Amino acid sequence: MPKVKVPRKSTSVDMTAMTDVAFLLLTFFMLATKFKPDEPVMVDTPSSIAEIKLPDVNIMLITVDKQDRIFFSIDGQGVKEEVLKKMGEKYQIQFTPEEIKEFGLLNSFGIPIQQMKQFLALKAADRNKFAQSGVPADSTNNQLSDWIWQSRLANNNVQVAIKGDRETNYPIVKQIIATLQDRKVNRFNFITSMEKAD
Amino acid sequence: MAEIDGGGGGKHKGKKPKGKKLSTKVDFTPMVDLGFLLITFFMLTTSMNKPQTMEINMPVKDKIENPDDVSKIKESQAMTLILGEKNRIFYYFGMTNPNVEVTNFSAKGIRKVLLEESKKRNPKLDSIEIYKNMFKSGKIKEDVYKAKVAGVKAYKDGIIVVIKADEKSKYKNLVDILDEMLICNIGRYAVVDITEPEKELIKNVQEPVQ
Repeated sequence: MPKVKVPRKSTSVDMTAMTDVAFLLLTFFMLATKFKPDEPVMVDTPSSIAEIKLPDVNIMLITVDKQDRIFFSIDGQGVKEEVLKKMGEKYQIQFTPEEIKEFGLLNSFGIPIQQMKQFLALKAADRNKFAQSGVPADSTNNQLSDWIWQSRLANNNVQVAIKGDRETNYPIVKQIIATLQDRKVNRFNFITSMEKAD
Repeated sequence: MAEIDGGGGGKHKGKKPKGKKLSTKVDFTPMVDLGFLLITFFMLTTSMNKPQTMEINMPVKDKIENPDDVSKIKESQAMTLILGEKNRIFYYFGMTNPNVEVTNFSAKGIRKVLLEESKKRNPKLDSIEIYKNMFKSGKIKEDVYKAKVAGVKAYKDGIIVVIKADEKSKYKNLVDILDEMLICNIGRYAVVDITEPEKELIKNVQEPVQ
């Protein structure tokens, strides 16, 4: 057997370039995206060809799901704390400073104000399991109307956005629009998904 | 396997007190793994696209002081759309003795009707398409385009659509019909409450033979 020794090349690959690419991608995602807000309920919005983007700040979001439950959310921690204090005064519920701070960190909620203390006392993981029955908006007990009014008092520039599911029944949306009109809000937005105009 | 050579096999100058030479090669594979793990985490928990919205303006809901103050619409201009259950739309023209017909949301349905009726009343409606092409090809500026389109839509004798939704209809129906208003370039439309006689009307309409 001829003794030809095949020259062995090194099999170790230089990984510097790979790490650079990985960290570049990571930096892009960290800077260009925002965390998806965790909502209490997943809503499948209907599609429309409207292309106006929702502004980021000063948004009051009213979400309605298939079972006609209403969830309310407003952005701005200071605004949230202010609104809770005023609502507490109106409904004669005393909120402690810790509860108010906890509320400032909450995202979206759908409970009558009477259950708020209980809800705030729960830890974040348990809140997802809490059965949220929706903010009441019927004519006898229209808490939604008060939330809207107090939010507008606390933040004048707030814009209202309604996010409904495809299968949400029309009467509850009509009730929300009527509530908004009562509180003199006549311009609002419907959140929709993209649709191609054909 | 993945490594960076940190000059481990380099200098021989200067005797080290220890006889052994420690390798300075660092293995970077875990670093890459970590990097891709973090990327995957951010890809799944964040979203890049901001949600889209449709802007809605409702009229001010004041108490009607004097019924005569309510603006009157000519019967020939008015078209009423009633949103019923199971994605059906009932429509009729004018106010007296309506001939109610039923259609659906497909392109051949309500869109065809709206476009035909709108064109009958406002012959300049085709010019909106022309303006759009001119704007896209850069011949006219955006504010001129918007002003022209608003002018065509506000044509005095154009169609006025009144939208009434039955309790059994869904939110999707409302959003779709407002979408159709945008697609068909209808200048004037309003969402109002359904009346009892109309609820009776839609009960009696038969589905057309297809």
